[in-house]
Amino acid sequence: MSERTEPSTRRVGSLALITLTLAAAAGAFAYTAGWLSPGRITPTKLVDALAPPTGPAPGHRRNHAKGICFTGVFDSTGKGADLSRAQVFAQGQYPALGRFNLGTADPNAPDATERVRGMGLQIATPDGQVWRTAMINPPFFPVSTPEAFYELLLAGQSKDPNAMKTFAAGHAEFGAFVAWATTAPWTPSYAEDRFNGLNTFVAVASTGAEHAVRWSLLPQAQITPIAPPDLAKLGPDHLEQEIAERVGTAPQRWSMVLTVAGPGDQTADPSKAWPDGRRTVEAGTLVVQRIEAEADGPCRDINFDPTVLPDGLRVSDDPFPAARSAAYARSYDLRTAEASHYPAHPATAPGGRP
Amino acid sequence: MTAAGGHFTALQRLLHWLMAAAILAMLFIGVGFASTITPKYVPLVTIHKSLGVAILALALIRLVVRLRFGAPPLPADLPAPMRLGALLSHYALYALMIGMPLLGWGMLSAARYPVVLYGGLRLPAILPQNAMLHSLLWEAHFYLAFAFYALILLHIAAALFHALIRRDGVFESMASIGGSGETVAAE
Repeated sequence: MSERTEPSTRRVGSLALITLTLAAAAGAFAYTAGWLSPGRITPTKLVDALAPPTGPAPGHRRNHAKGICFTGVFDSTGKGADLSRAQVFAQGQYPALGRFNLGTADPNAPDATERVRGMGLQIATPDGQVWRTAMINPPFFPVSTPEAFYELLLAGQSKDPNAMKTFAAGHAEFGAFVAWATTAPWTPSYAEDRFNGLNTFVAVASTGAEHAVRWSLLPQAQITPIAPPDLAKLGPDHLEQEIAERVGTAPQRWSMVLTVAGPGDQTADPSKAWPDGRRTVEAGTLVVQRIEAEADGPCRDINFDPTVLPDGLRVSDDPFPAARSAAYARSYDLRTAEASHYPAHPATAPGGRP
Repeated sequence: MTAAGGHFTALQRLLHWLMAAAILAMLFIGVGFASTITPKYVPLVTIHKSLGVAILALALIRLVVRLRFGAPPLPADLPAPMRLGALLSHYALYALMIGMPLLGWGMLSAARYPVVLYGGLRLPAILPQNAMLHSLLWEAHFYLAFAFYALILLHIAAALFHALIRRDGVFESMASIGGSGETVAAE
């Protein structure tokens, strides 16, 4: 090889090689980032699809935007310890923090217009582990996969009047959700709602034994059904006022029940409820002791990411926790960047909305 | 054993290539998990956090090693602008190798996300919870990732330029596999 005798040929070849190397490296990066895959459902697309036609409410969660904070304790019975080695299932009391919310992108939605209610919950244990879960009141999820959920959001926004019909025709599981939404009783209080985790996780015992589990929080308060028009008459923000008053009078309680999958039960599909009669374990009681407004409350800047799990719980083949984690992170990144639009103290903070 | 000859020391070369693989993987994993909602998301995030801490540790070791052993001198005939570019880009690479993991760790801390690594290892928060701070660090981490990759491409282009066009021994000072005693003639 003689760089001095044929410099121009070698130089051109070398420059071509360098250019190709850089182009390949840049292309691989662009592909990985999804820039070459317009069909890929990214967290950004999923979160954008949650926004109402008028756009998202800056500074607020992109879904379940209307909510109120609570604090209390989780009083563990110790009965869950057979299933999971997480300290939260060892008998004892652990600090809890959470948020009651409505399944809407509008932080000002009237209570009686929202069918889905939720609870975000965090339980911390002295060993430093943190468990976060975000539950809702339907007994099963509307759709089988995160991709179908994205399609549902698109159908909901579509200008095609038949979009929802077309969606429902292609997703048989959605019919069960519609039936629940139209027939299940409403309650006048978060304290009377049952909140279901719906997703399946794997509980790992100290022996290493693994069980697929789901969890629910069952209200200990007496349930007093109310028709939506009557709920509407109580005012647009009745649920938050009522829970603040009720907890102000006495702590409110929910029983945490773990349900263990039977052979053949769907673990990857939260739209399929498990049959009655499965083994259940009453792991403890959530005691809600104090209600605080969200704007300056302790739940405001918490992302109730369902993949934040203590050692002793892990994700299963259910694809939803991963999709939710990705979308919740996107929502969190957006809303924390917009914090000035949602002042903690409206009277003094600059840049607030009227 | 110093880098004063034609080569970086064997330890420096080992650290360089180990970190090259780790950092490239890190950047691809980062843009990969940020653009997916599939189940891969969860393990990719765990690997990203774990690898980030490993890179931080390696980068700090590498900085000490670099301060101790230095670097082989650049060829005397290297034009001044390229000399300056080499100097500045290496400062930037060191700053990013150390800064990016700290930004990521700080950003998680400011959001009060538990920092759990592969195998369940937990790291403490290094900053108090603060939404504005989280946002600032997140944006820095996000945009600097692309700057980091661009800088790496520039670094690769420069390395290949030295190897293929200038053939001045600069590429071999980091790329050769042998011991650190031998020297490579520049030009």
